[in-house]
Amino acid sequence: MGQTLFEKIWGRHVVAQLSEEWALLHIDRHLLHDLSGAVALESVKSRGFTVRNPELVFATADHAVATSQGRTGYTNPGGARLYEELKKATEQASIRFFDIGKLGQGIVHVMAPELGLVQPGMTLICGDSHTCTNGALGALAFGIGSSEIIHALATQTLLQRKPRTMNVRIHGKLKPGVFAKDVGLFLIGLLGTRAGTGYAVEFSGPLVREFGIEARMTLCNLSIELGAKMGMIAPDEKTISYLSGKPFSPPSSQWEEAVAQWQEMVSDPDAVFDREHVADAAAIAPMMTWGTSPEQVIAIDANIPKLDAFESGQSRDALETALAYMDLRPGQALVGTPIDRVFIGACTNARISDLREAARVVAGKRVARGIGAWVVPGSEQVKQDAEREGLDQIFLSAGFEWREPGCSICVAANGERAEPGQRVVSTSNRNFVGRQGPGVRTHLASPASAAAAALAGEIIDPREVA
Amino acid sequence: MKPFLTVCGPAVVFLQPNIDTDVIIRIERLMNVAREDLGKYAFEALRLDENGEPVDDCVFNMPHNRGAPILIAGENFGCGSSREGAVWALESMGFQCVIAESFGDIFYNNCLQNGILPVRLIRQGIADLVDDVNAGQRVTADLHAQTISASQACSHGFEIDQLKRDALLSGLDDIKSTLRLDAEIVAWQRADRQSRPWVWPVE
Repeated sequence: MGQTLFEKIWGRHVVAQLSEEWALLHIDRHLLHDLSGAVALESVKSRGFTVRNPELVFATADHAVATSQGRTGYTNPGGARLYEELKKATEQASIRFFDIGKLGQGIVHVMAPELGLVQPGMTLICGDSHTCTNGALGALAFGIGSSEIIHALATQTLLQRKPRTMNVRIHGKLKPGVFAKDVGLFLIGLLGTRAGTGYAVEFSGPLVREFGIEARMTLCNLSIELGAKMGMIAPDEKTISYLSGKPFSPPSSQWEEAVAQWQEMVSDPDAVFDREHVADAAAIAPMMTWGTSPEQVIAIDANIPKLDAFESGQSRDALETALAYMDLRPGQALVGTPIDRVFIGACTNARISDLREAARVVAGKRVARGIGAWVVPGSEQVKQDAEREGLDQIFLSAGFEWREPGCSICVAANGERAEPGQRVVSTSNRNFVGRQGPGVRTHLASPASAAAAALAGEIIDPREVA
Repeated sequence: MKPFLTVCGPAVVFLQPNIDTDVIIRIERLMNVAREDLGKYAFEALRLDENGEPVDDCVFNMPHNRGAPILIAGENFGCGSSREGAVWALESMGFQCVIAESFGDIFYNNCLQNGILPVRLIRQGIADLVDDVNAGQRVTADLHAQTISASQACSHGFEIDQLKRDALLSGLDDIKSTLRLDAEIVAWQRADRQSRPWVWPVE
């Protein structure tokens, strides 16, 4: 019997099999960020360990740094110490640190692929659940907690329980105005936020092959919202061409051998997954969440479910609680709901292709009066590329704020947040209670849908703006 | 890590599904509150109203639940962010064991790393347990026997990987036991430098 992509990467990285299900896995890449990086490095030291392979660890500041124009690592008082300590601790441990204002700085899951740090067949970890984004390059990438960060720094390995495997195959073509973000939200709505728990998910099929690498990252980013801490897509010619010439890609003397190995990193035709799902891309519309879990999502032109669509008990209670928080009613349309803010950014949708889609919608138009609309590029590289293309000018003349790279109000850890009661259309990945600030109501959507909402001042079907 | 053997005491019942780690503890609290004090801010969106006053009918505010060592939670508890602070916040509230039908994968691992016992029970097991708790019974979590029990009639076995069970029972530090495998790590890395030299950037 053949092997899945997941099984190939897992098998290759087993340093020691500890029980039937638990293995000690080698970690090829470890990303550190400002929220937990310095604290972990300090713990390694104080517990008498050393960083085993600093050359495999890469750090940047993204979560707690301000994204206002002209910012430094010290602009956000709440993050200044974390920034300073990460900078110092990485220097002491000989770990590469990509500093504010320099190429390489950005949201960890945006900067790592663009530097060529993530390659097919690798294992990659970070103390951030959206590390699954990096699986789009054919890597086994997953988020971990603080204790596991320290373990990985000290040993370059992790103890992991082997997950089951799931294949999500998407065939057909997307309709105009529908993007990878909509596909991800659609799948979460269809399968639920628990579907992937305990699984490593591979996305496959003609639509995934047609997607560019950045769209694949958006899809893999949403794996964790499906419950799966690992999401991945097998490498192909697009992956190889994406990696060509990146700063940390294999040198030319080793390129051919690397590519030969990468081409093996696909699920064999006779590989068997523990679970399979199939979806039709043509059935997917622009999607938007209405509740406080990513599974509470509908086609943007549909109505919020009625209470009787749910059995009484916990799930109906959860619906009512979510709608009360969101200040929405069962059965009502989302379209026409007035909004306060728009956030285009986050590791889900802050790459150059995302900004191009949003810019296409806003070009020559104006943000509605009273709407605070932000574009926060995912990395210094994305920012510079966008400015070279003039996207910043399109956003600025439409009335958007053009900001510096970071996580910003996706997670509201950097002093930037919306106000209680405000309604935000956001290209991020979590609409949890209080995620973008206490009492803030978040609607997740694609960059095109978010841009359209900014122009209209209310939720609108983006296909009507184009 | 402190060992986990047996815990017995009152249980808090909080069955709302899909409770994410953002709700368990806001990210800002992890930046400016000491780990041992995080309990004060756990579930704050549910425990406090918009004026910062305690919500009376929130289970976590009820006096008889204060300091309870066991939490019976809803499906997919601890989904979302990887923040280990969610476990620290529960620990700071006094919880030593969380029982649910399912957990977020990263949260489950984070519990194991902190000597907090995560127990997966089937829906009927949870329902029986909740009935007993509502009837005033205390709950016992026995890791050695791998049982959760309330009334004498109600005892549920649970599964946990033996490797993790042993680590919890002994309070063994993962890093120290991994470093005993140093020779294996060295050998793996040496072979990998040969077969995938491009993975190893020059220092």
